[in-house]
Amino acid sequence: MSAANETISAGSARTARYFIYAALIILAVVYLLPLYVMLTTSLKPLDEIRGGDMLALPREPSIAAWVRAWGEACIGVSCVGIKGYFWNSIKMVVPAVIISTLLGALNGYVLTKWRFPGHKIVFGMMLFACFIPFQAVLIPMARLLGLMGLSNSTTGLVMVHVIYGLGFTTLFFRNYYEAFPDELVKAAMIDGAGFFRIFWRILLPSSGPIIVVTIIYQFTNIWNDFLFGVSFAGGEASPMTVALNNLVSSSTGVKEYNVDMAAAVFAALPTLFVYIVAGRYFVRGLMAGAVKG
Amino acid sequence: MTTIEPVPVVEPQRQGRTFADGLRNALPKIVLAPSFAVILVFVYGFILWTVYLSFTTSRILPVYKWGGFDAYFRLWSQPNWYVAMQNLAIFGVLYIGICIALGLFIAILMDQRIRAEGVLRPIFLYPMALSFVVTGTAWKWFLNPGLGLENTMHHLGWESFRFDWLVNPKMAIYTVVIAGVWQASGFVMAMFLAGLRGIDGEIVKAAQIDGASNVAIYRRIIIPLLRPVFLSAFIVLAHMAIKSYDLVIALTGGGPGNATELPSTFMYSYTFTRNQMNVGSASAVMMLMGITAIIVPYLYSELREKKQ
Amino acid sequence: MNIRMISKFAAGAAIIALTAGAAKAQESVEVLHWWTSGGEAAALNVLKENLQKEGVAWKDMPVAGGAGSAAMTALRARVTAGDPPTAVQLLGFDLRDWAEMGVAANLDDLAAKEGWDKVIPAALQDFSKYDGHWIAAPVNIHSTNWLWINKAALDKAGLQPPTNIDEFIAMLDKFKEQGITPIAHGGVPWQDGTMWEAVVLSIGGPDFYKKAVLDLDPEALSGDTMKKVFDTMSKIRTYFDPNFSGREWNLSTAMVIEGKAGAQEMGDWSKGEWLRANKKPGTDFVCIRFPGTQGSVLFNADQFMMFDVGDDQRDAQLKMASAVEDPGFQIAFNTVKGSVPARTDVSDEKFDDCGKKGMKDLAEAASKGTMMGSLAHGYAQPAAIKEAMLDVITQHLNGQLTTDAALKRLPEAVAAAK
Repeated sequence: MSAANETISAGSARTARYFIYAALIILAVVYLLPLYVMLTTSLKPLDEIRGGDMLALPREPSIAAWVRAWGEACIGVSCVGIKGYFWNSIKMVVPAVIISTLLGALNGYVLTKWRFPGHKIVFGMMLFACFIPFQAVLIPMARLLGLMGLSNSTTGLVMVHVIYGLGFTTLFFRNYYEAFPDELVKAAMIDGAGFFRIFWRILLPSSGPIIVVTIIYQFTNIWNDFLFGVSFAGGEASPMTVALNNLVSSSTGVKEYNVDMAAAVFAALPTLFVYIVAGRYFVRGLMAGAVKG
Repeated sequence: MTTIEPVPVVEPQRQGRTFADGLRNALPKIVLAPSFAVILVFVYGFILWTVYLSFTTSRILPVYKWGGFDAYFRLWSQPNWYVAMQNLAIFGVLYIGICIALGLFIAILMDQRIRAEGVLRPIFLYPMALSFVVTGTAWKWFLNPGLGLENTMHHLGWESFRFDWLVNPKMAIYTVVIAGVWQASGFVMAMFLAGLRGIDGEIVKAAQIDGASNVAIYRRIIIPLLRPVFLSAFIVLAHMAIKSYDLVIALTGGGPGNATELPSTFMYSYTFTRNQMNVGSASAVMMLMGITAIIVPYLYSELREKKQ
Repeated sequence: MNIRMISKFAAGAAIIALTAGAAKAQESVEVLHWWTSGGEAAALNVLKENLQKEGVAWKDMPVAGGAGSAAMTALRARVTAGDPPTAVQLLGFDLRDWAEMGVAANLDDLAAKEGWDKVIPAALQDFSKYDGHWIAAPVNIHSTNWLWINKAALDKAGLQPPTNIDEFIAMLDKFKEQGITPIAHGGVPWQDGTMWEAVVLSIGGPDFYKKAVLDLDPEALSGDTMKKVFDTMSKIRTYFDPNFSGREWNLSTAMVIEGKAGAQEMGDWSKGEWLRANKKPGTDFVCIRFPGTQGSVLFNADQFMMFDVGDDQRDAQLKMASAVEDPGFQIAFNTVKGSVPARTDVSDEKFDDCGKKGMKDLAEAASKGTMMGSLAHGYAQPAAIKEAMLDVITQHLNGQLTTDAALKRLPEAVAAAK
């Protein structure tokens, strides 16, 4: 405020920026609270949790709870921690994400560049699949999985996730490819390129942003699923969320909040990692297709 | 805003004479066919099956004995069902409204050339990455009057602070709204941010030259341009509201009493724990009808618009 | 997906071929249960180890949460798929409902060989048998009308254990004066129901319980006695701490163990938590029948229902059923879990005072005809009616329904669920 000619509007612009930063920081703190509670609690010894308040920093941080959650905590009658289930989830989520993304890309490609009469109805019907409440499909799904010999197996679970992810992945790619110039496809066609060649060489290389969005979306949804996991892959094939639910309920009289929270952090790590690493591409990808204008 | 050009449908070049040509022409359909077939069976087949089940006498497992409209009469005579519908109305309106308002607000703030955008963005987005199976314990704890926020405030010396919504049947549904907004508003923010970034800077500049204030620019120009994002956000949130299940189970388990019952928890408990599968199916049919009422007009307008 | 399926079938065929060759080296049982709390899992481990000694591997399928509601979803999925687990922890009327679907194994030969008919109480056999055939191996008999009191708090109050509702309320008042939570309760429908049924039994007596809860007499469900029951529930509600909503039962027990709360109304499984905390009955805690219910037992028995899993697993399944009814196991298991043996011919020597009292009370109640099924645990009514009644009970306890509204609603809810 030294110079007299620094106008009022510049001053108020500065005030406005203070306001913007203050608002964003307050909101960020609020959004972070649950994660903060999970993390600090997992690092506190039990006495500290019971005596102190929830928001205090750990006085004597220790990773003992993490070690217990990973390799020693009891789930049902076996006390081997959650590490096995962590890998179960990985084994489920990787193929399911890859298959559903690839199928979604192909479907989106067909629905925009190789249109046929009725393509809108086909797309509309596939899109509606996104909205079916999963509870309603459990029993018939179980029957079909049984008939296919895939009951209670990771393979079956992968299949379920692929099927109910198709609507979303098709939607994402379809909207993205819709904005992709048809001239390029036409030119390639005139050059004699076939269906798959055009896909591999022309569309796929420029699909980066939407692939990221799709992978983030599918990865989080499948990783976080509980309902299908508990219904179609019990016992040793259980995914992480099911094991976590069992672990949190497996209290030995005294509830080990720190171990529960450490296990929850383990369950959260992969999706958090994906969001943080790929977060910037997420908005970019949304710009490019998923939010249609 | 992407301008949508009339999309030329790529027709097969010639009518194929040989088998190879025929195959080439049919190839796109062959690629799409398995996905479509799977959706037909696993979505529409299952919906029909659910509808059929709602007219049977199924209790613990599906039985195919005709029961007429009995399940629907039972459903609509359940006080629980009315509570669930009422809660969905409260939850849906608040959840969608607050998520959109807050998402837009944060997106606008984020769009002011903020320095730490790369740090802030994942902070607002991360709740979407976590399921309530994971964060439920923390949330329950946080909202619990004896352990969480209320207790913390007492520790800090604010003895009269009260926050007992979680255990108060009249207020519990609002704790569900809070947690739901926490989870989804960042995602809505990302959608709006993407929309804002897609707006042509020239329009805004022109308005600025005309001397329009910032508020006016947002109110008159930018927000109307975001209309499609509002619609997408509404659809995403509406279907999440109707499907919300983990959220309620993790926070309140439907309680206290039945104060936070939603149609999804109603359907689950009647189908799987109360051995009234036909009533559960009837409620599923009702939910599907609700979803259809929201989605089909949207799909119709979306797909028609593209043709213009 | 086709290739996956084919490879899966191929793998399956290979496994069948292998096992046929390698005889029974890989015998196993898959057990679906929701015993995940400390005392419960410790008790189940006894069975796991016994079976392992016989060369039967234990495939654990725990599904925690909501008193088995997630487990029931998993079970439906498995049965619908035609691939049920070997044995499933089930209660009461659920056993009948499942057996009615024709998915139960038949244990008649084993039961005849081991003489189950003679040693398992008739009231329990009603549920372990369907259509005259044995379908389940009962593990234990719990009863729900117990009150667990912290001895130190009771001594400090200078009181004797209460014997009726008035003394009970007086005791809670004393606890309140001590500055502790008078009664630890978890606000979950089944726990609300467990307390409610004890209050019904206390205020109305066994005949009223039979009339109202077992026979669903509409007048009993809405009459003056029931009004008193609901009023008493409202009164007890005022002694809860503010955090009771949604709390698991074992955490409430922990409050009493730590002396933060004075007492808990809960089934005898809560004793398992006391024992795991190295507390002794009589010196650290007092176990009494819920005030005013001495002489009656509201029972709840865990049973392993055996599902029809085909011949190759049949042998392991029978071994498991036999291991469950083994008197040695019945003692080892029930001393850990807090329940009493499902067989009446087991000596009470190894049991602590609470266990001895439980066995004595049960024998007495069985002979007097006051051994009655617990509503909250599925031994009084099928799931639909049980849940409909719990709705009313839990809504009333949480202040969503007034006593008058609850009295009107209770018979209506029952009628609607029938």
